Amino acid sequence: MKLPEGYVLKRFIMREDRMERVISRMAYEVAERNKGVSDLCVIGIKRRGDVLAGRLVEKFKEIEGEDVPLGSLDITLYRDDLSLLEEQPVVQRTEIRCPVTNRKILLVDDVIFTGRTVRAALDAITDFGRPRLIQLAVLIDRGHRELPIHPDYVGRTVPTSIQEDVLVLLKEVDGEDAVVLAGREG
Amino acid sequence: MGFGRKDLVGLEGLSKDEILYILESADSMKEILERDIKKVPTLRGKVVANLFFEPSTRTRTSFELAGKYLSADVINFSSSSSSTTKGETLKDTALNIEAMGVDGVVVRHRASGAAHYLAKNLKASVINAGDGTHEHPTQGLLDLLTLREALKTKDLNGVHVAIAGDITHSRVARSDIWGLRALGAEVTVAGPPTMIPPFIERLGVRVVPSIDRVVKEADAVIMLRIQLERQASPLFPSLREYSRLFGLSAGLIESMEETPFLMHPGPVNWGVELSPAMQGYPKNCILQQVTSGVAVRMAVLYLLLGR
Repeated sequence: MKLPEGYVLKRFIMREDRMERVISRMAYEVAERNKGVSDLCVIGIKRRGDVLAGRLVEKFKEIEGEDVPLGSLDITLYRDDLSLLEEQPVVQRTEIRCPVTNRKILLVDDVIFTGRTVRAALDAITDFGRPRLIQLAVLIDRGHRELPIHPDYVGRTVPTSIQEDVLVLLKEVDGEDAVVLAGREG
Repeated sequence: MGFGRKDLVGLEGLSKDEILYILESADSMKEILERDIKKVPTLRGKVVANLFFEPSTRTRTSFELAGKYLSADVINFSSSSSSTTKGETLKDTALNIEAMGVDGVVVRHRASGAAHYLAKNLKASVINAGDGTHEHPTQGLLDLLTLREALKTKDLNGVHVAIAGDITHSRVARSDIWGLRALGAEVTVAGPPTMIPPFIERLGVRVVPSIDRVVKEADAVIMLRIQLERQASPLFPSLREYSRLFGLSAGLIESMEETPFLMHPGPVNWGVELSPAMQGYPKNCILQQVTSGVAVRMAVLYLLLGR
């Protein structure tokens, strides 16, 4: 288990098998609530929500036998805190190839915290068109919202203190699957 | 890493990593140009002033659009309709514009070093849009971005690029040379001896006296315009002779098995450096360069002002 620099492991929230089941359950919930997945477009927020979005799309294929379009979104250019950050974030490429207007959009992120990332993502998506509706799926809700934003599908709600961090590790990015509660060194 | 500089005066002195960082950001910006709604809110509330003391359509429009696509307010200043005609100095003009609350100044001036001078004297970010015969860094960057896309490679290690024309008077050639050498490309320059600056080999480039052989060896060729406005006295006997010896003709291209990508910073003088038959050349990247230019300028504005 290798955490990013500066973090110390406090405890495991989920390991690989549990994550797999939770993602499965969320896919079923999405399909149930929307009566299928036919006019859905899944958009993941970089740089882990897009990987989770890809996994949901695989599940939809298994459950409903349909290919759901997948997009990825980089919110850097929509952030409200660019002037406050010590290090300027790198702009990544946004790739939304499905038409957004009149579609149902499932927005996916790994962790919801203040809600500011989701706010930025909503602004970004509406720059691509006028969706019929947008739903939000997150693997972890760690609380401490600063905006009136609430996810429609939650993998697990984890009460945290403001000093702690929830890290979602994914095979595609980090080499393994796990969700951990971590503290800052020092 | 970030891009920790206040200004972009030239590509000389930028590291390979810094150049690649700008190019990666520009690559992400390209996606915005393909959208129906070409606008992101990143630089809302920032003001960019285009300070152009020399004529320009492409570069000024490109900076203006780049700023607008990022939601910055862009104002244009051209010397003919300003107080410079009443004798105001460059520094005073820039300080006055800065005092109105401008965050970034894009400057083009006939004097080499004008951008460096303003960068020293202003708190605002200064972007060089061409200073005399010194540098034109965003043109250099957009050429690198276009080459990366054309050749489908990330850095340009071992890629061979030829630059042909009036090297002495070309700020584009200098920025291209610094940028290409930083990314590991081989560079050959070709032009009449009167248009090749002495000691140019020190920049790590090869000099050849005619265009024919180098075009056959190069992966890409950058053709330059003859800058008659910068030449005090004629540097070659006739345009026709120049065109025959240093112009790129369709006949030369047709005689080759492997042809190079063609680039030109514009404006093109068809019939001088390029024969009119080259307009339909399949590896002509001149318009891709223009698109890359907007993306590169968006990246530079974001990196300098988006903090």
